[in-house]
Amino acid sequence: MGNICLAIVLAPLIGAILAGLFGRQIGRAGAHWVTSGAVGLSFFLSLVPFARIVLGDEAPYNANLYTWLSTGGVDFHVGFLVDQLSATMMVVVTFVSWMVHIYTIGYMHDDPGYQRFFSYISLFTFSMLMLVMANNFMQLFFGWEAVGLVSYLLIGFWYTRDSAIYANLKAFLVNRVGDFGFLLGIAAVLMYFGSLDYATVFAAAPKFDNAVITVLPGHEWSLMTMICLLLFVGAMGKSAQVPLHVWLPDSMEGPTPISALIHAATMVTAGIFMVARMSPLFEMSTTALSVVLVIGAITAFFMGLLGLVQNDIKRVIAYSTLSQLGYMTVALGASAYAAAIFHLFTHAFFKALLFLAAGSVIIGMHHEQDMRKMGGLKRYMPKTYWTSLIGSLALIGFPGFAGFFSKDAIIEAVAESHIPGAGIAYAAVLSGVFVTALYSFRLVFMVFHGEERMDHHTREHLHESPAVVTIPLILLAVPSVLAGAWFVGDMLFGTYFGSSIVVHEAHDVLGHLGEHYHGVFGMMTHGLVQPPFWLAMGGVATAWYCYMKRTDIPQRVADAFAMPYRVLLDKYGFDRFNEWFFAGGARAFGAALWRGGDVALIDGLVVNGSARAVGWWAGVIRHIQSGYLYHYAFAMILGLLVLLGVFVHGVLA
Amino acid sequence: MVEQLVFYVFAGFLIFAAAMVITVRNPVHAALFLVLAFFSSAGLWLLLEAEFLAIALVLVYVGAVMVLFLFVVMMLDINIAELREGFARYLPVAAVVALVMMIAIGTVVGPQNFGLDQVPAAASHAADYSNTRELGLALYGQYIWPFEIAAVVLLVAIIAAIALTLRATRQTKAPRPERQVQVRRADRVRLVKVEAERQS
Amino acid sequence: MLALADFLVIGAVLFCLSVAGIFINRKNVIVLLMCIELMLLAVNMNFIAFSHFNDDVAGQVFVFFILTVAAAEAAIGLAILVVLFRNRHSINVEDLDMMKG
Repeated sequence: MGNICLAIVLAPLIGAILAGLFGRQIGRAGAHWVTSGAVGLSFFLSLVPFARIVLGDEAPYNANLYTWLSTGGVDFHVGFLVDQLSATMMVVVTFVSWMVHIYTIGYMHDDPGYQRFFSYISLFTFSMLMLVMANNFMQLFFGWEAVGLVSYLLIGFWYTRDSAIYANLKAFLVNRVGDFGFLLGIAAVLMYFGSLDYATVFAAAPKFDNAVITVLPGHEWSLMTMICLLLFVGAMGKSAQVPLHVWLPDSMEGPTPISALIHAATMVTAGIFMVARMSPLFEMSTTALSVVLVIGAITAFFMGLLGLVQNDIKRVIAYSTLSQLGYMTVALGASAYAAAIFHLFTHAFFKALLFLAAGSVIIGMHHEQDMRKMGGLKRYMPKTYWTSLIGSLALIGFPGFAGFFSKDAIIEAVAESHIPGAGIAYAAVLSGVFVTALYSFRLVFMVFHGEERMDHHTREHLHESPAVVTIPLILLAVPSVLAGAWFVGDMLFGTYFGSSIVVHEAHDVLGHLGEHYHGVFGMMTHGLVQPPFWLAMGGVATAWYCYMKRTDIPQRVADAFAMPYRVLLDKYGFDRFNEWFFAGGARAFGAALWRGGDVALIDGLVVNGSARAVGWWAGVIRHIQSGYLYHYAFAMILGLLVLLGVFVHGVLA
Repeated sequence: MVEQLVFYVFAGFLIFAAAMVITVRNPVHAALFLVLAFFSSAGLWLLLEAEFLAIALVLVYVGAVMVLFLFVVMMLDINIAELREGFARYLPVAAVVALVMMIAIGTVVGPQNFGLDQVPAAASHAADYSNTRELGLALYGQYIWPFEIAAVVLLVAIIAAIALTLRATRQTKAPRPERQVQVRRADRVRLVKVEAERQS
Repeated sequence: MLALADFLVIGAVLFCLSVAGIFINRKNVIVLLMCIELMLLAVNMNFIAFSHFNDDVAGQVFVFFILTVAAAEAAIGLAILVVLFRNRHSINVEDLDMMKG
């Protein structure tokens, strides 16, 4: 098993190195063959632990393979923990990544940075696998940071565009904020548990149930709450939760395959995965769970609303991702970790599908991303249309599609939950369903139906994308439909995750739900009479009415509610606030430090000032240095006289 | 009584000679007065039973150092008038400084601290006492390392004095070891092909 | 009887005279050197006087060393003087202000 794990992780790395460092030697075809092959190999190899541990009943694999560093009684290992949770993630990550690799062959066909791109996405896969398969916090952090780094490289892939550079810098900085919390959390774990190994920490966690920590004098906080909140700050950065979500919409500046990779399977799911992985810790702090729940609910609802006013096809999907990540976070907060991972799992497929479909549309439209200039594409791009329709249905949770099972489970789980904030969260996720359906079908109707608003030249060249693009779409469409029904029983209510997820007795909402679970069809028929389904249908109907029937309504609504509309267009002012407060403040602070500290104090007073003082004093005393021998002799004699005087004074006294 | 007479005579000569050294115009005369000062102090040292040092002072200083002084003074063409500038102007200052110093030192070493009542006179040594022998025993016994170092100091002084004054002219027939070891074969040897002459 | 103080006062007078000499002959390096010799002589006088009155030969050993160092100093000083004169054609201290700050 160790060798298989090693091969899974190292194959993308080797692919990345070959494509990155020897790209010129192996050529464009060589680059995509070597990286796609490596990731494909990873995918097939990761089926082995999946089959053995998840489907079979082999015990989870947990071993340290290499000791990287040993210092002060703490060992930093490179090791793998492959249990049900990580085996599932490995399959998802490698599969989606593989699809993206294949898709990229078509999408990036004419790009001069072809080899570089393949190198980056393979490196991304490697980083994500390291993160997922880690068996200790150190390696988790390594993968975490590596993912952040490669996302920086990828978002700024077209590094000659100012907006791309701005976006990747923003992504990097915002992630640093989250990582700071994450690092503090890891440090707290190391400080109190004395170990970074998952198994050791989780085993020792119950001992610290009532431990308190004093950060500010006079305030005692629960240690577990503190650690969980710090770790969650990291998850907020990576999984783009309010208020650290601002980087994600801007990351659309990267090429579309990257958007799919970052948003569907890898980077943003890292936070969700991490919280699920840390379930033994989070379960010990209801406060932390409440925070997670509320943050997730805010993200799920309000970010969905933003999707309604966007016109850039990729941005709509980006806000959709934010909203869906909010759903996952809500599930985590409600202790329905399995539901969160399940949603992550289904979301990975249909969101990758949606992104790749959007990319296919963008190829067809000659890199036009404004939905107002599209319409009626169904006729020209049937495969793209049908696959993205499947993706959208899965996204809104239409019964039978993958998203239905996971999303419904989350909503029900929140309804069952009784921790503080559950009421708000329930309202948010429920209204989120309507919003999701509205923006999803707004996209579908604006892009694929209705009148054709593109210009004449573009229309002439409209045609379906090549097979290398559509095949991944079809391959992703299959799990988007089936993955939900297939796994729902096991993942949510069965023993799928075994011991990899720990849920406290009092929080076990999924266990409650499981009592009412009567098979896939039971859940679907039950779903038909539940509010989420009708809300979703209402959303679809509203979208149809507003964007197909009476296309003047959206404008009139916008005019009628000018103030809220402006707020939405402004994205609640997060960007402006960050720019004004953090960026501006940091710059002002920096300028003040520069002027006051550097120029005035250090340069002026300390460096130049001391030099000037020495120079002035030297200028004064240089007159003593006349260069005449007798002056020195006089000085000596005077000194002698003084010493003699002291001596005589001593003798007389 | 005789001792005191001798002491005052020598002391008078010494102070007179010293005063003349610092006041005469001609450096040659100054050097000669310095010789007188050395002779007088040698006499005083004899009173103190330091016979070896008294003789050494005369031999070394008068015989070597002062000759060197005279030699240099006479060798250099010195403009005496120029060197005497400011003599009168600094005389009061010099007098005040010397007086202050004299009073200061006098308060310490005067008879009130080192008179006969405080420090009894040393008993005279027997006639067969040899100052040279005692000094030799100390020098070559307890003070052998300082003695060696003093020898090195003298050697350094000799070499330094020679090195300073040596005029590196073209006439100097001195070997240059550093140049000698750097010589290459090509610098010295030239192979010439000589046509063999056939004797017919 | 001669007291220790007599010799010490002689030494002090000699020393003060040479200090005065340094002041008034400030331009003539040769006389300056002579004054230094006189100072050393004064110090030697004290050493020998103490040596005699303490009946300890160590004082004379010191005088021996001082004589050695003084001879070396005189030799090097005069050598420097000769070189100086050769280069500048003057031993006037006023002309020697290369060390001026």
